[in-house]
Amino acid sequence: MHRFIVKRLLLLIPVLLGVSLLVFAIMSFTPGDPAQLILGENAPPEAVAELREEMGLNDPFVLRYARFVGNAVMGDLGQSYTSGRDVFDEIFSRFPNTLILAALGVIIAVLIGIPVGIISATRQYSMIDSGSMIFALLGVSMPNFWLGLMMILLFSVNLGWVPSGGYSDWSSLIMPAITLGTGSAAIITRMTRSSMLEVIRQDYIRTARAKGVAENVVINQHALKNALIPVITVIGLQFGYLLGGAVLTETVFSWPGVGRMMVDAIRQKDAPTVLGTVVFLATTFSLVNLLVDLLYGFVDPRIKSQYA
Amino acid sequence: MSQEMTLELNEAVAESTRAAPKKRSQWLEVWHRLKRNKMAMLGLVILSVVVLAAIFADLIADYETVVIAQNLGDRLQGPSAQYWLGTDEFGRDIFARIIHGARVSLMVGVLSVAIAIALGGSLGAVAGYYGGKLDNYIMRVMDIFLAVPSILLAIAIVSALGANLMNLMFAIAISSVPTYARVVRASVLTVRDQEFIEAARAIGASDARIIFRHIIPNCLSPVIVQGALGVAGAILSTAGLSFIGLGIQPPEPEWGAMLSGGRQYLRHAWHVTTFPGLTIMITILALNLLGDGLRDALDPRLKH
Repeated sequence: MHRFIVKRLLLLIPVLLGVSLLVFAIMSFTPGDPAQLILGENAPPEAVAELREEMGLNDPFVLRYARFVGNAVMGDLGQSYTSGRDVFDEIFSRFPNTLILAALGVIIAVLIGIPVGIISATRQYSMIDSGSMIFALLGVSMPNFWLGLMMILLFSVNLGWVPSGGYSDWSSLIMPAITLGTGSAAIITRMTRSSMLEVIRQDYIRTARAKGVAENVVINQHALKNALIPVITVIGLQFGYLLGGAVLTETVFSWPGVGRMMVDAIRQKDAPTVLGTVVFLATTFSLVNLLVDLLYGFVDPRIKSQYA
Repeated sequence: MSQEMTLELNEAVAESTRAAPKKRSQWLEVWHRLKRNKMAMLGLVILSVVVLAAIFADLIADYETVVIAQNLGDRLQGPSAQYWLGTDEFGRDIFARIIHGARVSLMVGVLSVAIAIALGGSLGAVAGYYGGKLDNYIMRVMDIFLAVPSILLAIAIVSALGANLMNLMFAIAISSVPTYARVVRASVLTVRDQEFIEAARAIGASDARIIFRHIIPNCLSPVIVQGALGVAGAILSTAGLSFIGLGIQPPEPEWGAMLSGGRQYLRHAWHVTTFPGLTIMITILALNLLGDGLRDALDPRLKH
């Protein structure tokens, strides 16, 4: 098991190098001179040239990339071109906001998705089943930034119950978390239902029923444990996805998270911040996926035995 | 014409007629199964309406005078007999813009998925067919792409290359290449070792012939399903990127950009954001219904 973890962690290195190289290459092809951006449009050409040299922008690509990686490993992602602040510090001061949003989104998704999925499966083809499947379909088909806007329209503009954006107190968390969690809730519902349907057809469930075990015990104790194994993976993947993909939701609600930081940086052509946020979010995403794989082995001993 | 040649010709005709219905019946059967699925049919009907609207958009509303021309006297009007879905912040007819926006969304959706299937499919097929080191290299590179949430990758590409239609399509295509590479590789792996491939190789078929004539046709089902769902995903990504200003640029009508434009006026004009969003949702819903239906129709074993 330990060897498996070490192996997976080592595999992360080429993945992260690849991601950063990809984004670094993309960003260095971006038109626009960073030195000019920092000094302003009216700066004398000599000053711009001097700053270019000072920032090492005239060095070959490989050298610049190597320098970026070297610094990044030491926790230095450079300074923002626009605010001059340290990118790494800025990301870490905003990351808790993104984390809390993603965590709440997943909690909402799980609290809705698993019970609804179980009920749908145990009453397949009933009204409840059809109804929840329709809602799940709508959930995966809705652009979440639009859902966010519609909630702002209803709950902030018309009813005035919750603030429409920013982060002031717990009430400003409600709408962004629901917006972010809806798509995942739909996916978890569908996954729980299909996994449950598969499990309750198996022989050991029939045996349990034949023995006279109460139906709710059969469902909650015998079936649920096995049915949840694939669902746990989906939940983990959704969490990673919400962490990395909260960009649109954060934009809609002016949420001070890492995703919005990235969007703002793109608008201002602030390359170090864009690079830093993308690499950071990709790292988090990969780490969460690794944790999901480990968790998978933990809940399913059959898989754990393969690691050894 | 000699007797012999006629005979040969007859034989060829007989063979082609024998082979043709068999081939057609396979797809006909899929269509019959699909037809029985009411939800999938609903999806197909909605999708057809959207496609027809996109094709005949110019007949419904003129691009220059109605779709992009500003008419500030009529700005932010609610839905009425003249403007079915109201007007936006520049007094433009939202209904006309939604119809023309369908062109953009469908084009980006279909073309980016086509590019992704061509690139990802070839990589996946090569990786799956040859295996070994090549497989390992290709799939590790795909893993790198998969380590970035696809929306992030698309954002990074568009923000570097500049926001326009071509770059948007390219970015969305690139970010979904690994998905198709994986799907195709997985199905090539299951087909590769079957007996009919061995038979083809035994009679001396070349690698290219085996891949294109025997393996690819047998791997199509998962790609078709993934493609239908992929178009939905691409339309959502287009809307999302345009929403944060990285997609289609104004005044060209695009659903996500329309939503974003209406954001400021949420307080006074609910219809500006509501209708484009509803259109996106209905289109995506139709594609999802069709995709689910295709999956069941193409793989009857999945249906209990």
